[in-house]
Amino acid sequence: MDLFHTLVVLLESTIRVSVPLIFAALAGLFTERAGVFDIGLEGKMLGGAFAAGAVAAVTGSVWMGLLAAILISVLLSLVHGYASITQRGSQIVSGVAINFIVAGSTVILGEAWFRQGGRTPALADGARFSTIDLPFADSVRDVPILGPIYADLLSGHFLLTYLAFAMVPISWWVLYRTRFGLRLRAVGENPGAVDTAGISVIWLRYRAVICCGILCGFAGAYLSLAMTAGFVKGMTAGKGYIALAALIFAKWRPVNIMLACLLFGFLDALAIRLQGNPLPLIGQVPVQLMQALPYILTVILLAGFIGKAIPPKAGGIPYVKER
Amino acid sequence: MSDLAIELRGIDKSFGLVHANRDINLKVRKGSIHGIIGENGAGKSTLMSILYGFYQADRGEIIVDGKPVAIRDTNAAIAAGIGMVHQHFMLVENFSVLENIMLGAEESQILNSSISKARIELKRLESEYGLEVDPDALIEELPVGIQQRVEILKALYRKADILILDEPTGVLTPAEADHLFRILAQLKAEGKTVLLITHKLREIMAITDEVSVMRRGEMVATRQTSQTSVEELAELMVGRRVLLRVEKGEAKPGATRLSLRNLTVKDGRGVTMVDTVSLDLKAGEIVGIAGVAGNGQSELLEAIAGMRRAVSGTMTLNGKPVEVTGTLDPAELRRRGLAHVPEDRHHVGLVLKFEESENAILGYHNNPKYRNGVLLNVDAIRAEAEEKIARYDIRPPNPRLKTANFSGGNQQKIVLAREMERGPDVLIIGQPTRGVDVGAIEFIHKRIIEMRDQGVAVLLVSVELDEIRALSDRILVMFAGRVVGERLPDASEGELGLLMAGVEGPKEAAE
Repeated sequence: MDLFHTLVVLLESTIRVSVPLIFAALAGLFTERAGVFDIGLEGKMLGGAFAAGAVAAVTGSVWMGLLAAILISVLLSLVHGYASITQRGSQIVSGVAINFIVAGSTVILGEAWFRQGGRTPALADGARFSTIDLPFADSVRDVPILGPIYADLLSGHFLLTYLAFAMVPISWWVLYRTRFGLRLRAVGENPGAVDTAGISVIWLRYRAVICCGILCGFAGAYLSLAMTAGFVKGMTAGKGYIALAALIFAKWRPVNIMLACLLFGFLDALAIRLQGNPLPLIGQVPVQLMQALPYILTVILLAGFIGKAIPPKAGGIPYVKER
Repeated sequence: MSDLAIELRGIDKSFGLVHANRDINLKVRKGSIHGIIGENGAGKSTLMSILYGFYQADRGEIIVDGKPVAIRDTNAAIAAGIGMVHQHFMLVENFSVLENIMLGAEESQILNSSISKARIELKRLESEYGLEVDPDALIEELPVGIQQRVEILKALYRKADILILDEPTGVLTPAEADHLFRILAQLKAEGKTVLLITHKLREIMAITDEVSVMRRGEMVATRQTSQTSVEELAELMVGRRVLLRVEKGEAKPGATRLSLRNLTVKDGRGVTMVDTVSLDLKAGEIVGIAGVAGNGQSELLEAIAGMRRAVSGTMTLNGKPVEVTGTLDPAELRRRGLAHVPEDRHHVGLVLKFEESENAILGYHNNPKYRNGVLLNVDAIRAEAEEKIARYDIRPPNPRLKTANFSGGNQQKIVLAREMERGPDVLIIGQPTRGVDVGAIEFIHKRIIEMRDQGVAVLLVSVELDEIRALSDRILVMFAGRVVGERLPDASEGELGLLMAGVEGPKEAAE
């Protein structure tokens, strides 16, 4: 029973750390499926987290914080869009630039406004998300097996956690069952086909980039308003890159993305759990190895050992009308 | 109502200093097939792009069905009933036929109802025009002929009355091209108007009612097809008399220069592209390899040129073996008398950002006569380039001009001059006249025959069957990586076409 309990705790923290990955990877899904590669997920998430922390601290409203996160993240997305869609610049350079600018400016602004070494003030209860208990969570807790799964694993998460998991089927539906999704996927494969069909490639890609911004905003807000109570400098700690790895690992498909994020989240949770606890037979596992595993797995995938990850064909290439 | 489907009045368009269309007037009768012909760069594509809303004319009027229309974008063109089948298909390869046809013309925000409506409409169009296609097949799994059919259906789905086809037969087998022409005739019978853009005179003669000729951005003539001839059209296109038939004497084959035995080549995905090909190439003969693009000809050329490793098989050059399955060394092959004019001159044959004179020595730059110690002997290089420019009539005659600024035909001449003037024993040429205009084609063909007559062994790969038949002394047909037959150049086009399509010809290979 102790092992079962450990497992429930482990999975519960898996869900907790997977949420920002799912938001960010789905964000990447929208832009990359439209042919705009985005290495700036990290920066957008961080910018969103900072905006959420700062605004929630000042206004005392969690909703204002969430809104600010989305606004800033969309704004950064539009910068990326302007550079890579309108000005046809390098999508990688633009994304990296955003990551750097955000990493630096959040610290500078945080220090200038709050004087707490780049942090935002710790948030009071009304200014951050609280957990939601599903109905009857307490009364069924004692039911063997199913009880703890319901009460501890499924219940007691933040609103954004449930939203993240809801976004998976919603994203699937949008991409595969709506006109917008059909066009978005088409523009990532062959923008010429979209252009000659009388649809604006530029406007379509901008809309995809905005979707990405909104989702990254959620990811950022989750970090500073739900997972912790306030912004800490560099708090994304590479989650944007892990999300990018998950996106590739999932071969740009929504359900796969959820599974990949859960896998990477599980590895993260396991790494924390194993810190200082040697495994039987194997002994001490270096935490760095666990942290590197998502990237290692992605590289193995890209090397062709686990099927083939084929990116959207027009990805990374700015669209120029041919003569 | 008007009996003209389209009338263009005084269309004028410049791109910077390039005057692409000058005061173009054109009348296209309703329910006719109207050909537009001209060399590369004559302005045909620009004119059609203006008609389809890709560009806007600087001046001029477009009148569709008697009404002046402003075609500001593609949507306006579609609304005016104009549909276009592009030379490079505008299809999403990993989408189904149905999704491609719907794209941009969906009925509603949610796809479900659009899909069922499109399915019904597609069925109707299929039966009305005899354009069968599986609506759920993925584009990437369909042969090009069917992909083109999807493009036509796309236009018809958008209720196009006027259909523009830009070089539609470039990627088709002769049989597929014939099928396309039957489809066009059917469309015409249904009252649609077809604008056919091509540089192939034979197609114009076979299918059009009227033909307009463009030259250097101007519309120089319009003729009833029944009252003109291939010779007249060629002369109108080029602006001078052109020799369409290649004159050549009997070949005098000598010793075997190049021979392949059971050469097998795979591509990056491990798919066998060249399958146990054997051939012998003798001095003083031209062997042509016919086939629809993508049947292994490119890989065969690359393997012979030392650009791609073979999986198995042997090759001998001038009687000595070449390690085709081992370490590749194209430079070594060059030293041993092999010259290679690659299929893709933009990516393999030339560095477009280099000056003409630099490209003229590419691959031979270590030759002592171009060197001055460790430095290049620029004076010698330019002097030689000028000499070649004069001999091959490369225009403009400026060895310092960036190669990208030459036309396709002149770029090809730069490559040919470089490879031919080396005095090779074996010359392998891929697509010698792709994207080259009629005038230059004549010149290139003559040079290839001259090489043969000087005793060079020439291996020619081309998707233009006419070219293969005109130049070759023997023809090998490739299908799915194999040599499926050998014929003499007087074999009928139908017979070669069947071989190219993988259908066994009436008689056995004449080994």
